[in-house]
Amino acid sequence: MVKRKSRRTAGKFIFDIFRVLFIIFICIVCVYPFWNIFVISVNDGQDALRGGLYFWPRMFTLENYEQILQRKEFLHAIMVTLGRTLIGTPLVVLNTSMLAYVLSREKLIGRKFWTLLFIFTMYFSGGMVPYYLQLKNLGLLDKFAVYIFPAMLNVYYMILIRSYLYGIPESLVESAQLDGANDLRIYAQIIFPLAKPVIMTIVLFASISHWNAWFDSRLYTNSMDLKTLQLVLVEILNQFQTSGSNGASLAQKAQMMSGVTQKSVQMAAVMVATIPIICVYPFVQKYFVKGIMIGAVKA
Amino acid sequence: MKSAKSIAAGSIPHRGKKKLALDLWRQRYLFLMMLPALVCVILFNYVPMTGLYISFVNYVPRGEGFYQDMLSAQFVGLDWFEYFFSTDFAIVMRNTLCQSLMTLLFSFPAPVIFAICLNEIKNNRVKKAAQTASYLPYFISWVIAANMFVTFLSGDGVINDILQALHITDHDILFMQEGKYFWLILALANTWKNIGYDAIIYLSAISGIDQEMYEAAEVDGATKTQRIWYITLPSLLPTIMIMLLLAVGGILNVGYEQQLLMGNDAVIKFSDVFDTYTYRYGIINGMYSYGTAVGLFKSVVSFAFVAVTNKMSRKYAEVSLY
Repeated sequence: MVKRKSRRTAGKFIFDIFRVLFIIFICIVCVYPFWNIFVISVNDGQDALRGGLYFWPRMFTLENYEQILQRKEFLHAIMVTLGRTLIGTPLVVLNTSMLAYVLSREKLIGRKFWTLLFIFTMYFSGGMVPYYLQLKNLGLLDKFAVYIFPAMLNVYYMILIRSYLYGIPESLVESAQLDGANDLRIYAQIIFPLAKPVIMTIVLFASISHWNAWFDSRLYTNSMDLKTLQLVLVEILNQFQTSGSNGASLAQKAQMMSGVTQKSVQMAAVMVATIPIICVYPFVQKYFVKGIMIGAVKA
Repeated sequence: MKSAKSIAAGSIPHRGKKKLALDLWRQRYLFLMMLPALVCVILFNYVPMTGLYISFVNYVPRGEGFYQDMLSAQFVGLDWFEYFFSTDFAIVMRNTLCQSLMTLLFSFPAPVIFAICLNEIKNNRVKKAAQTASYLPYFISWVIAANMFVTFLSGDGVINDILQALHITDHDILFMQEGKYFWLILALANTWKNIGYDAIIYLSAISGIDQEMYEAAEVDGATKTQRIWYITLPSLLPTIMIMLLLAVGGILNVGYEQQLLMGNDAVIKFSDVFDTYTYRYGIINGMYSYGTAVGLFKSVVSFAFVAVTNKMSRKYAEVSLY
């Protein structure tokens, strides 16, 4: 009896250790890379070259940030990305949530047809080239609008919202209808506020996908002043790999004089693109977990 | 009620039309609200599908407008497809499948284990903090994520430092320069990025398990490990099956950002997948017809995959994916 009990506690002990270690491992793997980048970004560039910079900055400085924020190209890219995020997000949220409301109405004429019409596009598409040619036909190439209009509809977001709306009691809508409210008002005054968790989730998803977008910028635009933040970041990060250590340019030599290196500036640029996300998503988390869970369970 | 209505509405053939018109009028706001989405889906989804025709012709833009050029182009039948099958199909298909399956190998069990471990944490603050930490990679762009992997795996990166400190290797391994490592790196990167997000679904499934089962098991003297093995895992099985089917349905969609950002000329024989191939030939090289043909092949095959897996999930779990 005693033996069995001790074996059991030993087994429990091993399991507890395993799961704690596993969770710590996952957390470190997910967070440490960002911390490491942060440390390098606030450390003197020359000093960082000595290596061994893992957990804490040795020579604290904000010079790297000063350097990167002085670059006009970088600042302009931030404005482009900010612009598309601020304009694009409300549009996709509004459009998608209206569609979700419409498709959640059981009385909608041809509901099955409309639903299939939208959901079919999740599974079949014309592909990259016809899409590109269509944007060309519409005259959207190399325009700021190419970031906004094609991203205005997202069927996956619609499904998440619609699943959430199924959980809202039909009687609420019916009593509003009896009071003479039309669908537009019901959507705006009843459904939209009630669906706040899932709406916030979509706001988060949509704004982050705008903030992180780079491929559409590379694919559909040529102008220097339409480049998004992430695309400029790709270019900044690739400079390092191509230039290497031999053949430092004049600009690089000038940088070396000031204690700022290309790598430290790159890390500062990465942080500038990361910090807004780190600041936003933990606060939306409570909505976002709820929104996904309901979507996942019902989908 | 029904008969009274039909009498009031008069003759039968007219009644249906009138009723439909009336219903449509009543739902005018609904249709108004659907209109923007309808315009979007037509312009950006259905019109491009008509462009699939150029995979059967030799499309050359002549500046007379897309449809004029398309219809006046020389019809070549399945030549583009044959060309693809006789050249790069095998390697692109191999890369897509291997990257997908390797990703599945890690990214499938990891969130299940993570969710189970997380669920055992009784302190809510710690649980939430751990969860928050695990989402972080999901929200970060591939530009940054890919750069991290490239940096850490470079000759003077952290991974090489660790491997040398442990005496596993005595020289720098250039992970990003050798094709044999690429699939593994890609799989780990995908897993890293998605583990927190994927765990949400399993956590919600775990929270739906009847707590009385655990209590009864505890009374019977089951250990924690036994409870997980005999209660949690079997209860998660339907969710696991659905997620697996979803993953198999999307097996040809392995993304393109990560391959473009982490790959380089040295590993292109291992990094190239359908989407990157289409991008390179169809857009960069301007071979519109060829790129469309490759894209069409991929669309049709993945549609078939989804159709089959959806049917299976309907049968197995009595749940249709959508």
